[in-house]
Amino acid sequence: MIQGIFHYEFLQNAFLTGLMIGIIAPLLGVFVVVRRLSLIADALSHVTLAGIAASLLLERNVAMMAGVNPLYLGMVFSVGGSLFIEKLRGVYKHYQELAIPIILSSGIGLGVIFISLANGFNTDLFSYLFGSVSAVSRTDLWVVFTIGLLVILVIILLYKELFLLSFDEEHAKASGIAAKSIHFIFIVMVALVIAASMRIVGILLVSSLMTLPVAASIRLAKGFKQTIFLSVLFGEVSVLGGLFTAYYLDLAPGGTIVMIAVLILIFSIFYKKFLIRRGRESVERK
Amino acid sequence: MILIIKGDALIMQSIIEVKKLSYRYEKDVVLEDINITIPSGSFLAIVGPNGSGKSTLLKLILGLLKPQKGNILLFGKEINKFKDWQKIGYVSQKANSFNTGFPATVFEVVESGLTKKLGMFKFFKKEHAQKVIEALDAVGMKGFSNRNIGELSGGQQQRVFIARALVSEPSLLILDEPTVGVDAENVSNFYQMLGDLNKSRDITLLLVTHDIGTISDKVSHVACLNKHLHFHGETKEFEQHQADDMSRVYGHDVHIIAHNHEHGGVVK
Repeated sequence: MIQGIFHYEFLQNAFLTGLMIGIIAPLLGVFVVVRRLSLIADALSHVTLAGIAASLLLERNVAMMAGVNPLYLGMVFSVGGSLFIEKLRGVYKHYQELAIPIILSSGIGLGVIFISLANGFNTDLFSYLFGSVSAVSRTDLWVVFTIGLLVILVIILLYKELFLLSFDEEHAKASGIAAKSIHFIFIVMVALVIAASMRIVGILLVSSLMTLPVAASIRLAKGFKQTIFLSVLFGEVSVLGGLFTAYYLDLAPGGTIVMIAVLILIFSIFYKKFLIRRGRESVERK
Repeated sequence: MILIIKGDALIMQSIIEVKKLSYRYEKDVVLEDINITIPSGSFLAIVGPNGSGKSTLLKLILGLLKPQKGNILLFGKEINKFKDWQKIGYVSQKANSFNTGFPATVFEVVESGLTKKLGMFKFFKKEHAQKVIEALDAVGMKGFSNRNIGELSGGQQQRVFIARALVSEPSLLILDEPTVGVDAENVSNFYQMLGDLNKSRDITLLLVTHDIGTISDKVSHVACLNKHLHFHGETKEFEQHQADDMSRVYGHDVHIIAHNHEHGGVVK
């Protein structure tokens, strides 16, 4: 693969897109996890599926849509879904998590209808569900890079506010920062990252790339910045390792990426236990 | 702005003025006709039983709820025109709003207290780190700055939250039941620290609490609340009335309402 990268454009596309996704998904994932919104990523990825299916259906039936990257409609659906979640969270103030299954099932429901209308599964759809090494186009790469740079810029500029909002929402509101607008920007960013990541990891596994590296780094990190750093590191290792394995073993990269992330997570849990035991022993020795 | 002139012409500004304030949640009246004046430099404890409207009053003062009747002046300004929120530090009931597994160091938590003061799109710099350390020092937590917040005891966490409020150098610090989660033996130390902050840093303190017993020798003013305001004045005066007022506030609810109307004069 290393040599292949210089020869084949599709490998460059997959490698560079993966590199970017390995940064932005865990980066945003840290805020998603600590705010206990992990399931929102799941709900939005299923809404994205509806968008992708709709786009594939239109491509088949409307001449104008032929050749339009399904990523765009996926993004529109994802962002739309995120806005609906926010609305629903306002409607069910005391059952805020209810918004997630509502949006998730609506996404799948709609997606299944579009898929049936388009005469069922094809390889294109399969690659959207589980990711692909070979199907990433130059356009995909540019879209992902634009979104990636935007997300990184927003996180850098709003870091203080996002930290405060995540750590203590009530305090954030009381201190008078624009909590609502910042939360809105945040949720739209999550929707965009999900749409962007699915090319590599696939819709069904996008949320794991936002949560698993974070789950591992929370066990080990000291402080928030370190949590972000380790999450991105674990995310990168999972994505690049996963792409590599998928290429050589001819597997869907979604599976290999997620399994590497799971291995890192298991390792981090045992490593932490080991650290605690060693800490205890050294205390006893004193 | 109203200036209160005390005995020997000591001029004090009032930091908060609550005037004829009432508030209800749907049908339940929680606060009725409340008048409170908090002079600069004082240390006021608002006491009252559960459900007496203490927390609602704080939320109104913090602008988290809008007054339905009456009004609130902060630093002499109408609350809906008030913009200087960084002058007010707030320490909430920890248990409600804090995820103990949050992966942040004590330093990062205290630093986040500067968010609003710095403003959007600005970054933390060296001088801010200095302020964070000073604030931690003021609450006796300097040595803990690199620990994760979840590793500390309840009392230590509460001190960190006070440091977070102090770091933006507020003139008024509002604390909602700050000793919830602090061990009994440390409560007295904790109030001692607050008393020291009040004197040495010249911060006006407003505190909501159950335990009037422990604090009466630390605070300068007391207000007893149970929907109505039953007593508002200096602590010395309060101690003389204490038996009387406390039974009225904590006693039989029905009587409270009846008594209050006769009592209105003292309140103001």
